[in-house]
Amino acid sequence: MSDQSVSDIGRDERIKETSRLRKALVRPELGSICGAILVFVFFLLVARDSGMFAVDGIMNWGVVTAQFAIIAVGACLLMISGEFDLSVGSMIGFSGIVIALLSVTWGLPMWFAILVAFAVAMSIGWLNGYLVIKTGLPSFIVTLAFLYILRGLTIFIAISTTNKTIIGGVRDAAEGDWLAPLFGGKVLKGLFVWLADIGLVDTFVAGNLAGQPVVEGIPMLIVWAIALIVFAHILLTRTKFGNWIFASGGDAQAARYTGVPVNRVKILMFIFTAFCATVFATCQVMEFGSAAADRGLLKEFEAIISVVIGGALLTGGYGSVIGAALGALIFGVVQQGLFFAGVESSLFRVFLGTILLLAVILNTYIRRMITGEK
Amino acid sequence: MTEPIIQMKDIEKHFGAVIALAGVSMDVVPGECHCLLGDNGAGKSTFIKTMSGVHKPTKGEIFFEGKPMNFDRPRDAIAAGIATVYQDLAMIPLMSVSRNFFMGNEPTKKIAGLSFFDHKHANDVTMEEMRKMGINLRGPDQAVGTLSGGERQTVAIARAVHFGAKILILDEPTSALGVRQTSNVLATIDKVRSQGVAVVFITHNVRHALAVGDRFTVLDRGKTLGTAKRGEITPEELQDMMAGGRELATLEGSLGGTV
Ligand SMILES: Nc1ncnc2c1ncn2[C@@H]1O[C@H](COP(=O)(O)OP(=O)(O)O)[C@@H](O)[C@H]1O
Ligand SMILES: [Mg+2]
Repeated sequence: MSDQSVSDIGRDERIKETSRLRKALVRPELGSICGAILVFVFFLLVARDSGMFAVDGIMNWGVVTAQFAIIAVGACLLMISGEFDLSVGSMIGFSGIVIALLSVTWGLPMWFAILVAFAVAMSIGWLNGYLVIKTGLPSFIVTLAFLYILRGLTIFIAISTTNKTIIGGVRDAAEGDWLAPLFGGKVLKGLFVWLADIGLVDTFVAGNLAGQPVVEGIPMLIVWAIALIVFAHILLTRTKFGNWIFASGGDAQAARYTGVPVNRVKILMFIFTAFCATVFATCQVMEFGSAAADRGLLKEFEAIISVVIGGALLTGGYGSVIGAALGALIFGVVQQGLFFAGVESSLFRVFLGTILLLAVILNTYIRRMITGEK
Repeated sequence: MTEPIIQMKDIEKHFGAVIALAGVSMDVVPGECHCLLGDNGAGKSTFIKTMSGVHKPTKGEIFFEGKPMNFDRPRDAIAAGIATVYQDLAMIPLMSVSRNFFMGNEPTKKIAGLSFFDHKHANDVTMEEMRKMGINLRGPDQAVGTLSGGERQTVAIARAVHFGAKILILDEPTSALGVRQTSNVLATIDKVRSQGVAVVFITHNVRHALAVGDRFTVLDRGKTLGTAKRGEITPEELQDMMAGGRELATLEGSLGGTV
């Protein structure tokens, strides 16, 4: 069929031509695109001379953005499929302790510790999903229970085995391991040496690192974030399974009637969320060289807020991975930007709350435009 | 007369203490529109859900193309060619017409060994099918939420037929529609039937049933009162059977036969 005939069909005198503007407006990412532009303009104006936009400054907020993005991607697909996971933060603390306990305290190989952490966390993700599907309870309640259960277990396990809530020595345990660099390593080191040589990146002037670039390379954390964003975006928009994710969250019953395996989709999304939380945890443990039982506090909410800023509806069935990633970018830039600008960091929370409200109001409006509700 | 494509024999369905169906039989032949009539709560929806694999009957037998049928999931029934358009849940408003049209039947294409949703194919087919049914879309990405109720039903019917439905079950497709939209849906039913599809049309509106029906089965409180052929029964008799021959006789008098 030619494009000509397609556009001819579209004529109906009673349907107002949708303006380009309106069409552009009705996209989930709109709010986060505007937000990201605003945030960059703002910090370019107030913090340009602070080093925020030098290579090491960019790396600083880039890492924070990547952290937000990794958990936001999981939360995004899960929310579009119609569910929440409030246990993400606790899962981060839990996975970290599992890795440190197995590798440092019990002396098992690091790769084994990491794989066990993934297996256990993803099983808990499965259990979250299974309970939500089987009990028919809101995922809000089921995962709230796991927020407490996992956090409590994490602290209990850490204390009862090591008498501490922090387990250090992870770097030594990861020495020479084949899997650990996938989470704790850095890539493109040569590029930064070269950038330093041509003077685009500063070098350390003193200490035992003197002469080396201030940015050693791109942390795997950022590579993971980009990979997860690309993977999730393609999965959601370009695959059959992506259509099932939208359908499951849009109207689970209608989706079931057309043969979409809604339960499987939702449970897989819980598992994927747990996977993302464990990626976060593993990268963090490798970076800090330690695991702590209180890591990941409030992360679930930051993930959900990123997703909502990205235009997803809390009720499911609508949203965008790119939007969620932009939400994470807004967070990363603002949190670190306030630091660069020398502003009291507690204001970050004020900002979070405000932008959440604005985003939800905008989303509600966009939803009405799409569905034609009044 | 052709062989029935589906035969339901003495179907019973209990939900705990509620007996929704107490032994209902009916059959449908290809190319006919078989109307299932009955008041609210008569068990019409429950009955067709046993036909489409949503509910397992508590008792009774179902023969599909002559063989005993035992579908575990709606997906199996759909695969066999039994498609249902539900009164309450046909489409997902937030999703585009094209995504809805292919929901559960997504076309894929391989790129580098991986399987991707073929949006171009989906969009082209959706526009073409909608044009055939007389719906002018702004574009395949138009959200279903912006369509009228009748248009949504038509999309759902076109979808089912496109995916090779041999039996099309319509659960009260006209009950929430205005006059013009209703006549569009009835015309759609007629088109589909003439393609040899067996249509099961559920309604509690006798006039809608008589406009397109070939045979009529009336349900009352989980029981069937038998099946009548077109021409063998008057609108008044049908109306009477639907009310279980109870209060309508008296109502008729006071309303002057307008019901
Ligand atoms: N899932 C269910 N659980 C319990 N009772 C049900 C269920 N589905 C239907 N019923 C009951 O079965 C009876 C028939 O309902 P239904 O088939 O929806 O009627 P109709 O479609 O003819 O209006 C009603 O009394 C209804 O309350
Ligand atoms: Mg019904």
